[in-house]
Amino acid sequence: MFESPFAMREKAFAAIQVIIDELVVETGARGILVIDRVGQLLSRTEKMEEFDTTSLASLAAGCVAATGGLARLLGEKDFPSHFHQGESGSLYINRVDERGILIVFFDRDSSLGLVRLRARKGSAALAHVFKESQKENEAKSSPEHSAFANITDEEIDNLFSD
Amino acid sequence: MSFINYAAREINCKIVYYGPGLCGKTTNLQYVYAKTNPDLKGKMISLATETERTLFFDFLPLALGEIRGFKTRFHLYTVPGQVFYDASRKLILKGVDGAVFVADSQPAREEANIESLENLQTNLVEHGLELSDLPWVMQYNKRDMPDAMPVEEMRKLLNPTGVPDFAACATSGEGVFETLKGVAKGVLSNLRKMGI
Repeated sequence: MFESPFAMREKAFAAIQVIIDELVVETGARGILVIDRVGQLLSRTEKMEEFDTTSLASLAAGCVAATGGLARLLGEKDFPSHFHQGESGSLYINRVDERGILIVFFDRDSSLGLVRLRARKGSAALAHVFKESQKENEAKSSPEHSAFANITDEEIDNLFSD
Repeated sequence: MSFINYAAREINCKIVYYGPGLCGKTTNLQYVYAKTNPDLKGKMISLATETERTLFFDFLPLALGEIRGFKTRFHLYTVPGQVFYDASRKLILKGVDGAVFVADSQPAREEANIESLENLQTNLVEHGLELSDLPWVMQYNKRDMPDAMPVEEMRKLLNPTGVPDFAACATSGEGVFETLKGVAKGVLSNLRKMGI
């Protein structure tokens, strides 16, 4: 069965932004990303704009997938959170639910304990937004709300015109 | 699993290049990267060994243009082709929206092509998918090799259901963009079919 697309609308994005903007202040982190399990960037805090967030999202999703694979080989369901420590900056990665991943980038102005504590609360809030977003999408999954149902072959071909 | 961002009016899709070791999956992405306008592409990431064999994946984000006011973005991934990296291949297929199977035209790689195609089918099943559910295209790569098998023979062997197929030489770029266009069209047509 083909997996249905993961769609998010304005209300959900606004809610995610509020959560991560608060979280970045509460943790004293340098920045926060929210991505999906496939590696698509959903949202980021302002200071993350200086980084290549597209690549970060893809690599973090690969990292989460690989860590999950390790867990299953060892008889665990998953390792839902992991931590990468650098000389000055560190990453804390936490699985939000089946679809989302929260990434906190922090340095010596913060601490792992604080990040872990606040990230747990933030992840729960994000999971709630994802759930509500899914409900909204299911309610709007009729042809009149569809963006692509009526696209023509010509429109698809036009994407490839040089 | 494509991601539709209604706030930014963007649609993101994942395409995976699959195939046996050394068939030219990474070379396809390198050619696309080299020939794409810098405004339309992100950085190409290659997680490779010291001998430039793919260890986990290559990744290249591409923007194609707008359709009905939505920016279309494609994330291209390759899998590691070597047999013993099967666990990694399974992970990379997660959320795939479309696939390119890159077959090696050399007769010595005939068996490796078949094994890899069967491996793709097996690994898709782990994600609850059949190959027939997925928009995918076949690329017969390395057409420049002097002993390349005839395309018709490869088609019979690897593409009995007649998905769109393309002859290619990824090192010179012949057939590379045609293949990409073929799979991207399949992915967008599938979204249309799903009524997204």
